[in-house]
Amino acid sequence: MKKTGILALTTALAATGALAADKTVTIASWGGSYQEAQSKALFEPAAANTGIEVKQETYGGMSDVRLQVSSGQVTLDIVASGSGSAARAAAEGLLAPLDYGVIDVSTFYPNLYTDYCVGGDVFSTVYAWNTDTYGEDGPQSWADFFDVEKFPGTRAYRGKVAGALEGAMMATGVAPEDVYDALDSEDGIETAIDKIRSIKDHIAVFWTSGAQHAQLMKDGEVDMTTGWNGRFDNAKKDGANVMYSFNQALLDYDCFAVPKGAPNMETAMEFLAEISKPEYQDDLPKYITYGPTNKAAYETGEITAEQEAGLPSSPANAAAQVPVSLEWYAKWETIAEEMYSEMLTE
Amino acid sequence: MNQDGLRLDERLERLKLFGLASPAILLILVILVVPVGWLFYVSFVGADGSYSLENYERMWKRRSYARIFRTTFEVSFLTTGLCILIGYPLAYFIAGLPGRLANLCLITVLLPFWTSLLVRTYAWLVLLQKRGLVNEWAISLGLWDEPIKIVHNMTGNLIGMVHIMLPFLILPVYGAMRAINQDYMKAAANLGASPRRAFWTVFFPLTLPGLFAGSLMVFILCLGFFVTPAVLGGGKVIMVSMKIVSNIELFVNWGAASALGVVLLVLTVAILWVASRFLNLENMTAGGGH
Repeated sequence: MKKTGILALTTALAATGALAADKTVTIASWGGSYQEAQSKALFEPAAANTGIEVKQETYGGMSDVRLQVSSGQVTLDIVASGSGSAARAAAEGLLAPLDYGVIDVSTFYPNLYTDYCVGGDVFSTVYAWNTDTYGEDGPQSWADFFDVEKFPGTRAYRGKVAGALEGAMMATGVAPEDVYDALDSEDGIETAIDKIRSIKDHIAVFWTSGAQHAQLMKDGEVDMTTGWNGRFDNAKKDGANVMYSFNQALLDYDCFAVPKGAPNMETAMEFLAEISKPEYQDDLPKYITYGPTNKAAYETGEITAEQEAGLPSSPANAAAQVPVSLEWYAKWETIAEEMYSEMLTE
Repeated sequence: MNQDGLRLDERLERLKLFGLASPAILLILVILVVPVGWLFYVSFVGADGSYSLENYERMWKRRSYARIFRTTFEVSFLTTGLCILIGYPLAYFIAGLPGRLANLCLITVLLPFWTSLLVRTYAWLVLLQKRGLVNEWAISLGLWDEPIKIVHNMTGNLIGMVHIMLPFLILPVYGAMRAINQDYMKAAANLGASPRRAFWTVFFPLTLPGLFAGSLMVFILCLGFFVTPAVLGGGKVIMVSMKIVSNIELFVNWGAASALGVVLLVLTVAILWVASRFLNLENMTAGGGH
């Protein structure tokens, strides 16, 4: 019985393998432990199950895609990207629309896919604090983070505008659900930047990378910082005295996009459909502390309750957060970044 | 007849020399003239792909750009100045040592030069941060009570950059000093000059070519610094190179970043031109003893 089962499985695999033998996709991602996790949880198993041959590369982001598309020499079929830069690339006309007749997103969180990019993992931009300074009762809201009298101490904040204005806006008293409406004008953006300006003397560092904000907390260089949750988890594992909260954090995601003129467009859609399934996404948290974008991945039993409690996209944590609005970034990021730069250089 | 023959020879000679130089000329054309020309061209292409001045207008309208250029030149001038203040006396000291000791000292100057810039920059971060070695030792020795801020700001950035740039100044200055005939100093003393006067009227002017060559090199290299201000400046010291990178990521057209490169190039050439009017750079850098 068991033997025939295996036999049937191997013939089935061989059959699909034979069918798809000439199908290949080239995927570019960010390399390092992130791509390794993607590779182990998503790419390799999906390649084995579909028979699609996967070639992996690393790349330098959407500026690489722009170069390929504008020169007509597109070699990449799928690229992993931050949601914001994907939205901008889409607005610029660098990406092909995704075929949601092929890719099933019916069990996805509604904000975690767009016409041009389908979510691959979820992370949060949170505020973290040093437990040596504040104990376990650190800041519990953006208002606390910006309150230098209630929580005296040095801060670190992002050196770019992405993920920097929402918290500041909430700290001025705007409700989480109204943040992007309030930011939908230059005046609104200036209000948020003014809030950051008001505590600029307390901001010791404007960080530029995830490795940096993790290190700042590890070294005790600052008492509080904003940053990406996974990095703080890793810093904590390395012995840093750091805690963070998901309350009012920004729920953001990385996604997969297909460059316009990709050589294997149809296979790319097919492959994206495969890796978006819950049975692949539920393996991702084993390799990196980023959550699935497909809600159904929480129901397969692969993700333990303990793991789930720490993931940004677990239903309980997601409910406390503000989903990042890609429309807002597509419309305002360039202008907002220039305005932010004024504040940084003052 | 004879004269014509000579002239022909001369022309042939020149052609031959040109032939010998042509690989270098071609190389310069391909790796310098063409890309810089391309950079100029791209900087005039707007977001919609047509000719446009928008990349330059943006720099004019937003105050941040002027501030970033000011920071870049401020950092470069300060670094050059500090390198001169620290490097010149050190080179003088080494030049006065006997041969073997001088070599040993030169090796200690050169050693960090061979270490990765990234490693040295992060090493400074470890030393200078709030709970870094400098603060901890100073506090335990009672020099100050609270950790002082010596990194993630202009101070930290300057410390890192001066350390990295010092060998570029010391080496040409040291070369110039070693080439000075010691008899000049004896002659000056013989003519009744005090050591101080002999130094300022004889020795110092002879080291100027090396000093200017070194300072120029330090200044120009500083203008393009990226890693050190990014790591030690704490996001508050923003130099042009950092803005170029962020503009490449931010804007849909390469022109937004190219225009920054063009302005930096033009400003640098302008500054060197003004300097050459006052300082006669050619004599000062070419006549030196190294």
